[in-house]
Amino acid sequence: MTEAVHTALRGLFGDRISAPVTLGPSIHATFDPLITRELFTALRDREDLAFHHLSFVSGVDRGDAFEVVYGLDSYRRRDTLLLKARLDRQSPKIASIHDLYEGAGWHERETFDLFGIEFEGHPDLRRLLMPDDWEGFPLRKDYQEAASYHGIPTSRTARTDGRPA
Amino acid sequence: MRTLADLVAERAPHTGMMLNMGPQHPSTHGVLRFIVCGDGEVMEQAIPVVGYLHRGIEKLAEMTPYGGFIPYTDRIDYLGSMFGNHAWCMAVEALAGIQVPRRAEYLRVIADELNRLASHLIAVGSMAMDIGAFTPFLHGIREREILNNLLESLCGSRLTFNYMRIGGVSRDLPPGFGANLDSFLSRFQPGFLDEFDRLIARNEILVKRCVHVATVSAARAMSLGFVGPNLRASAVDWDLRRDRPYSVYPELTFTVPIGRGFRGAVGDSYDRFVIRIEEMKQSVAILRQAMANLPEGPIQAEVPRRVRPPAGEVYSGVESARGELGLYMISDGTEKPSRAKIRTGSFSACAAIESLSRGCMVADLVVLIGSLDLLAPEIDR
Repeated sequence: MTEAVHTALRGLFGDRISAPVTLGPSIHATFDPLITRELFTALRDREDLAFHHLSFVSGVDRGDAFEVVYGLDSYRRRDTLLLKARLDRQSPKIASIHDLYEGAGWHERETFDLFGIEFEGHPDLRRLLMPDDWEGFPLRKDYQEAASYHGIPTSRTARTDGRPA
Repeated sequence: MRTLADLVAERAPHTGMMLNMGPQHPSTHGVLRFIVCGDGEVMEQAIPVVGYLHRGIEKLAEMTPYGGFIPYTDRIDYLGSMFGNHAWCMAVEALAGIQVPRRAEYLRVIADELNRLASHLIAVGSMAMDIGAFTPFLHGIREREILNNLLESLCGSRLTFNYMRIGGVSRDLPPGFGANLDSFLSRFQPGFLDEFDRLIARNEILVKRCVHVATVSAARAMSLGFVGPNLRASAVDWDLRRDRPYSVYPELTFTVPIGRGFRGAVGDSYDRFVIRIEEMKQSVAILRQAMANLPEGPIQAEVPRRVRPPAGEVYSGVESARGELGLYMISDGTEKPSRAKIRTGSFSACAAIESLSRGCMVADLVVLIGSLDLLAPEIDR
């Protein structure tokens, strides 16, 4: 993330987006989930930002909260950007950006599927990779897998029919 | 929770016919399923249903030490295992601050480009096969066989290579590798690729099946999240090897082919087909230079047996045969990553079918799938 992008974003959103944070080799900024729609509209449409490509959306379980991570690229300015929003662990919700970036819809579905983070306004928020009737969200750190799924044991050692493995 | 059954029930009253295709259809490249909504031959939409090959690779990553996870990365995209190896090792090396010896970097580039050739041969061959031409696929497989021999002599494996290590590569070039590669390359380009051009790429039947099918503009390609050959076919001039340089690519000279509307419009299925043939020519040029410039020296940096990168996070990507293979990795200072998100090219390409299929003929769906070079395990991970 270049200095100019950070300055432009702070100018537009003030304290609702953080100063750049360096964690190891990567730099990111954290934004207030309430400005999601305005932020991504600006990132896409403003000439000095021009982040036309949304590389990925994903989640991270930080124990006390969830983070939604967005990776963006500007092919014209040859720049990349990493943004995060922190969400309450009890009811993790953030606005969907499926209509701002056509490719975002599936990334949001995957994040919903694996973390149980709800993207408000998504028109088709279904599980993507897991079966529709799967219990729980597998990438959460406190996820406990059920012993069986439709009578199929989920571990190599445990059998559900009482016979030895 | 909303399910597929809800979606089908919602759509059914408003659509003429709903047709299930897959998950075992031969032209769906792995285990991929579509629900085709349409009226006769024209599709209103093809809805991809994925997850049949979901192995939970990202969850497994959280349970496996960094070095031990490399064989799993072979299985993200089994036609391009080297890229999985490379992306994983690069991310760990960035986190741990490991410097890779120059000879190892060159060997990585050689392995990557051989793998790119093998993968693109399957991509163009299987796309022609989906359209109904069986011969091109066999021609592609024939050449790939020699590439597999080369890669087998390098790392002992023909598909899931497990070649790279954190801080280097597992083996140096075997005796005679240079001569074998030379004799392959001199037959492959111009010989094979010219023949392939004449026989298939300029074949009027194939051209007519592909031109103006599912044309994607540059702006649309970026919004859809396209990467790699699919993005470049829509005339977006972006290649990670040149634009976010890694390894020793800055020392090598190559051009980045982009879609020009070779026979139809810029960004149609034919452009996506031709761009892969053009990229193979560039890979040949890279391989020749890398072999000529290959420095002497160690192939492995001094790395602890169990790598424990300091707490931090990184996003890094390599240009795989299917576009940007990115890894967003978080280290908490232990010997296992606390999170590894894998961003793949087929994922966004498959998502795009939802909207690109609108108004296409049912028969063109296989052209669209083939031209996007989808690979189911890379979508599901």
